[in-house]
Amino acid sequence: MSSHANHALTCALIRSNPKFQRLARRRARLAWALSALVLALYYSFIMLVAFAPGWLHLPLYAGSHLSLGLPLGAALILLCWLLTAWYVRSANLHFDAISAQILEESQV
Amino acid sequence: MKRPALLLALCAPLAEAAPLTAEQQPLNLHAIGMFFVFVLATLAITWWAARRTRSAADFYSAGGGISGFQNGLAIAGDYMSAATLLGLSSLVFARGYDGFVYIIGFFVGWPIVTFLMAERLRNLGRYTFADIVSYRLDQTRVRSFAALGSLTVVCCYLVVQMVGAGQLIKLLFGLDYSTAVVVVGALMLVYVIFGGMLATTWVQITKAVLLLGGGTTLAVLALARFDFSFETLAEQAVALHASGAQIMGPGSLLADPINAVSLSLGLVFGIAGLPHILMRFFTVPNAREARRSVLFATLFIGFFFLVVCALGYSAIVIVGGDPQYFVDGKLGGALIGGGNMVAMHLAKAVGGDLFLGFLSAVAFATILAVVAGLALAGASAISHDLYASVLKKGRANEKDEMRVSRIATVAIGMVAIGLGILFEQMNIAFLVGLTFGVAASANFPVLIMAMYWDGLTTRGAVYGGLAGLISALALVIGSPSVWVGVLGHAEALFPYDQPALFSMPLAFVTIVLVSKLDRSKRAQAERAAYADQFVRAQTGFGAAAASSH
Repeated sequence: MSSHANHALTCALIRSNPKFQRLARRRARLAWALSALVLALYYSFIMLVAFAPGWLHLPLYAGSHLSLGLPLGAALILLCWLLTAWYVRSANLHFDAISAQILEESQV
Repeated sequence: MKRPALLLALCAPLAEAAPLTAEQQPLNLHAIGMFFVFVLATLAITWWAARRTRSAADFYSAGGGISGFQNGLAIAGDYMSAATLLGLSSLVFARGYDGFVYIIGFFVGWPIVTFLMAERLRNLGRYTFADIVSYRLDQTRVRSFAALGSLTVVCCYLVVQMVGAGQLIKLLFGLDYSTAVVVVGALMLVYVIFGGMLATTWVQITKAVLLLGGGTTLAVLALARFDFSFETLAEQAVALHASGAQIMGPGSLLADPINAVSLSLGLVFGIAGLPHILMRFFTVPNAREARRSVLFATLFIGFFFLVVCALGYSAIVIVGGDPQYFVDGKLGGALIGGGNMVAMHLAKAVGGDLFLGFLSAVAFATILAVVAGLALAGASAISHDLYASVLKKGRANEKDEMRVSRIATVAIGMVAIGLGILFEQMNIAFLVGLTFGVAASANFPVLIMAMYWDGLTTRGAVYGGLAGLISALALVIGSPSVWVGVLGHAEALFPYDQPALFSMPLAFVTIVLVSKLDRSKRAQAERAAYADQFVRAQTGFGAAAASSH
């Protein structure tokens, strides 16, 4: 058998593995949900900037010159990073392990 | 008020593209000395890398042997140009919170790249992003398009960096503009031609460490003036700034919401279409390291952006309150050296001439590392996509391919130097819009659809990509900053400077429509081939492994 046909067979085998289907579904759900969350957070922030700037101007605490908007912006950056870390952790711990199992079961 | 604010916002991403008021300064020996040390160190790196760069895999992707942490630094280095330090800190200095909003827009694309692209880039690609786009499509046509997209982005960005380098060096080092451009071009050629991706990566890492270290030290020195109290800083900044308390919240940056949204779309999705950034994902051994590298990159970039924001606010007090940094000593007037020198004045104010020299050298090193990455991305598009795949149909021998890549690097270097000198007197802010516009409207849609949509066909990819490329180009030419600002017409053909809001959806719609209408036999085979591509994308089965060293 040619290596090409071999490759196609292995691919078909992997695809039919229920673990593979579960992996693909879980990964897609997490990746798209997190992307949507980051974009929703960012564009909500932009909407605040555009339509409720006064709210971001409010003092952080009574008598402060710092505004509410400053920690909010910093929190947005931090939150985006934490979500990134969450995805990378799940992928490196769980997804890679499942994917290694699938490859092993397909003997490649 | 609307116009200048907007223009400033658009210029900011690349301080180098700033108003050309730069006067040549007296020779700055501290800066030149420290820059000389940096150049010697990078030449040593190149010499070391050259002895390890033998195969095409070494040249294009450092043999896939860079670790996630190292690559994270390199990605952060590629993304943080001198403009980040100079342009963004100046924007916060001038406009306070509006600058911060802008900085956040620069950051938000990174998580998206992590979630949707990092592992697929590594699993499906080898040397260029065209590998992924053409994975199951027609090599000749798709690669030709991808190379066109890459080269457009690379050339625009290179010119921006070159002109910026010339202006900045004239100002910081007191060297002549053309000399500066030639020095940058020549060093970039040496790194890329002899050291390939390995040298380019380590130059980038060195620079990223210097930039992070220099920026953080500057912020600590500056904040020490306020006893590390943000409250004290805010109180004094509000008291000193012409806009008063306005700088603590949103101002008029978003006066034109359509332009603002278009700009943010270009920034967020443009990242995922910059060939020199995408290339970095091929230098790590596997998808796991690819993910780790964006995690580190995101950490460094996010941290640095917050540092830059602190620099901008501190400068409002430290630089803004000291007449020696203003032309004729007029507080609130024009800054000496132009509007983008805020971070440099701050360095002098808190760290003296020696620290100013150090930071100037870091700024120069930053430009040098970024242009080297760009030149390598452009050379790969020519040698790997156009020469080896399109011209030789995948049958080029490796030696010839590497020779072509080196010739291509020289050609790109010459074009960059030539255009850099030619564009000296031009306001090139529009090139920034063009770079991100084309990256977000041509490269990104085709790449993400190739990764995620089984229905994509060759025709869809090529027509959709070209629709994005041409519309982004046309909209930028018809925009106020080119049609009025550069070409001198009275009225713009298109009211917005940023094309992405219009050209990106156009590209997606064209990709989907043309692919759906494609009834050819070829198209059916291409749709069917997605199933195997999907297996490789998910598991890395069949992906290029790291070469052994």
